[in-house]
Amino acid sequence: MMRVKPSAFVMLAYLIFLLLPIYWLLMMSLKTNTEITSTFTLWPADLTFRNYQTILTDPSWYMGYVNSLIYVGLNTLISITVALPAAYAFSRYRFMGDKHLFFWLLTNRMAPPAVFALPFFQFYSAFGLIDTHIAVALAHCLFNVPLAVWILEGFMRGVPKEIDETAYIDGYSWPRFFVKIFMPLIASGIGVAAFFCFMFSWVELLLARTLTTTDAKPIAAIMTRTVSASGMDWGVLAAAGILTIIPGALVIYFVRNYIAKGFALGRV
Amino acid sequence: MDKTQNNRAWFMVLPVLIVVAFSAVIPLMTVVNYSVQDTFGNNEFFWAGLDWFDDTIHSERMHDSLFRQAIFSAIILAIEVPLGIFIALNMPKRGFWSSLCLVLMALPLLIPFNVVGTIWQIFGRVDIGLLGHTLAALGIDYNYTNDPLDAWITVIVMDVWHWTSLVALLAYAGLQSIPQAYYQAAKIDQASRWSVFRYIELPKMAGVLMIAILLRFMDSFMIYTEPFVVTGGGPGNSTTFLSVDLAKMATGQFDLGPAAAYSILYYLVILLVSWAFYTVMTNLDRAEGGK
Amino acid sequence: MAQITLSKLAHSYLPQPKGPGDYALKEMDHVWQDGGAYALLGASGCGKTTLLNIISGLVRPSHGRVLFGDRDVTDAPTAERNIAQVFQFPVVYDTMTVRDNLAFPLRNRGMEAGVISQRVQSIAQMIGMTDVLDRKARGLTADAKQKISLGRGMVRQDVNAILFDEPLTVIDPQMKWELRTQLKSLHREFGHTMIYVTHDQTEALTFADKVVVMHEGRVVQMGTPEELFETPAHTFVGYFIGSPGMNLLDAQIDGSHAVLPDGTVPLGAAYPVLQGRTQIGIRPEFVTLGAEGLPYAVTRVEDVGRHRIVRGSIAGKPVNAILDEGATIPADPKASFQPNKINVYADDWRIAPQGGAV
Repeated sequence: MMRVKPSAFVMLAYLIFLLLPIYWLLMMSLKTNTEITSTFTLWPADLTFRNYQTILTDPSWYMGYVNSLIYVGLNTLISITVALPAAYAFSRYRFMGDKHLFFWLLTNRMAPPAVFALPFFQFYSAFGLIDTHIAVALAHCLFNVPLAVWILEGFMRGVPKEIDETAYIDGYSWPRFFVKIFMPLIASGIGVAAFFCFMFSWVELLLARTLTTTDAKPIAAIMTRTVSASGMDWGVLAAAGILTIIPGALVIYFVRNYIAKGFALGRV
Repeated sequence: MDKTQNNRAWFMVLPVLIVVAFSAVIPLMTVVNYSVQDTFGNNEFFWAGLDWFDDTIHSERMHDSLFRQAIFSAIILAIEVPLGIFIALNMPKRGFWSSLCLVLMALPLLIPFNVVGTIWQIFGRVDIGLLGHTLAALGIDYNYTNDPLDAWITVIVMDVWHWTSLVALLAYAGLQSIPQAYYQAAKIDQASRWSVFRYIELPKMAGVLMIAILLRFMDSFMIYTEPFVVTGGGPGNSTTFLSVDLAKMATGQFDLGPAAAYSILYYLVILLVSWAFYTVMTNLDRAEGGK
Repeated sequence: MAQITLSKLAHSYLPQPKGPGDYALKEMDHVWQDGGAYALLGASGCGKTTLLNIISGLVRPSHGRVLFGDRDVTDAPTAERNIAQVFQFPVVYDTMTVRDNLAFPLRNRGMEAGVISQRVQSIAQMIGMTDVLDRKARGLTADAKQKISLGRGMVRQDVNAILFDEPLTVIDPQMKWELRTQLKSLHREFGHTMIYVTHDQTEALTFADKVVVMHEGRVVQMGTPEELFETPAHTFVGYFIGSPGMNLLDAQIDGSHAVLPDGTVPLGAAYPVLQGRTQIGIRPEFVTLGAEGLPYAVTRVEDVGRHRIVRGSIAGKPVNAILDEGATIPADPKASFQPNKINVYADDWRIAPQGGAV
């Protein structure tokens, strides 16, 4: 008995809307530039992987991916590490100025990167950090640390306080309790926070581009060089775009079962 | 949960404070510093007081950008929030199809901003884009590089494409938390579909929807890369939003003083609106918790 | 209002049930009289809630039919069946006031405003919430919310049946008793068919005219509280009803006598020759400790107020006895059973004695 529900149509229409532009990018990445500019085809008449070859054989291209992944990884690590104890403090204790501090942290999530681009540049120049991965990783902490604190606090609030007390009675020291007992309990929360840190660091470009010149330049910024003397190299641009989608798609695939809960940030 | 008073908790917050100070407070001080000084080059600065603020507050340029920004944020919230809820209501509840929908919907969220711009820049082009080409073939005069209205529509559709899933996923998470008994009781009470939505689903989604609105407001208010890639702020200044304008001023013209004053005012506007949202949100939370 | 008939009803949550173990409900035929007060009693997971949801139409049975009066409602949606149901955990519309919550089922059926407000008022009085009618339901305590759910279930007067799914779980004990009394008086007043699911025998026995005992997806007995007490149809009923439950001893049945390892016990009537595992069941209330009978070893004595429970064993098998206040236990006690209170079971089902005697 196959009865198609109206909701299936709604979802289908929405998913087509989401996937069509990506489909188009994918198709373009598999075409030659002549085909792209001279004819209009829904799929490649002359299938080619040359665009991908260009990227994957040229270090100045593929190092862009490595750079992006390095600073994204660094940022996720730093953000989660500093956010964990802070989130614990916010979820368990009242202390002087806690509410204001929490809101102040959140305000950093609201700071427009455009406001910070120039001061960041000058500030990191002063420390000689320009064009290093750590500079971008630190800059992205601006919005990722508050977010990580916020998400983790939500998950930690769901863990009953009695767990902490039992552990102390059993003679656990705080650090040992935190690592051995508490962190496994909020493992999914840590996963979700890491996912969001990865996401926002991976997609941000304004700061990443401002703070790098060559050695740490992210892939998304390198893409802008496809304008050459002979005009746009559309095929390579499209291929580079597709390649930037892949890491995100992989991450989503791994966390697919936690997405729904994760997006509620532990607050439902 | 009742929390214990413990001022030593500050030590746990300390690492966060150091990192954020390094990445936010100190740079922000530089901005403040610039905003009250003027320069004739050669790294020589002198005190300019609040002149830049005065100028910026009264400048047409800031007013126009702020106006465009407000309209933009209002439009995308008005589209994405109801659409996101609608999508969430239509999503499969469990099983393979639900996972598939989740994965596909999350996809646009993890595409770097400038690639999002590139995708739509290509997609909308009349010569090589599927959308532009199809519209042209249908006899619709569409060109986002010449026509301000087309540019706006493109940027808005792009944002809807990019971010509606975030709202939908949050709303979906809210819906998943409703126990089955509520729907059964509604059936027995002969509630209409609208009543179920209005009295069961919407109240349960309120919390996560506030998060969605807050995130969407903040991010749309600081949108930069996507419109910059697609339209470059044009045609004319028609899609020059606050961040685009600010970046032009700071990195294009090197007007550091005015740009800094602009930054601070911009930041204050965002803070003010977000604070209003945040207050409403925590009040809702408290009402929820006060049972 | 209508009598509810379950005809060859069975349900499996699996699309292709293989053995009897795949069925949440095993095949049953039952008639629920119009206006009866029924309690559906059983341990957790015995299929009570499934049966309730089939009657209310939230679950469609995989086999058999459900009839309201003469009408087959097996495929009718919940709304058409015109029943009310109260769930285990409070289901209230948080953003509405208490008044709107109570009025909601009436408004949805397009009733007149005057009738609604009158009805809401009287229900509010019954559940004792007249003073909070205009408050939002959100801030109320769990048992106040559950009272609203109860009120919403009873606000409609024309329902075919009101179903209660362990509605008093979250209510505190004193209020429990009060609400149950009110439900009873409401039943007497309006004569709705009421079906009350519970795993608490006191609740079931005090509320219902007829108690339906379920065990492993099967209705094992449907009867008055007296019947359940005097003649449990299944060893599970004997064990589940009563405190402590019925004593069960393996025995050979020989006509009007039961042969136990330690001796012979007279039965109140004669029985046919029986196959399978045979047992006798005797309630602790009908066990006497004295100088005659089977040797009895006392383990301990519990004083529970008006009487005492003696825990002990006969030939290593646990047997409990209830002693009246003041009664003494002899030094070398022997246990004897009132012959006409002994029930005989073969493979867990009660066997009626020959000749139709008790």
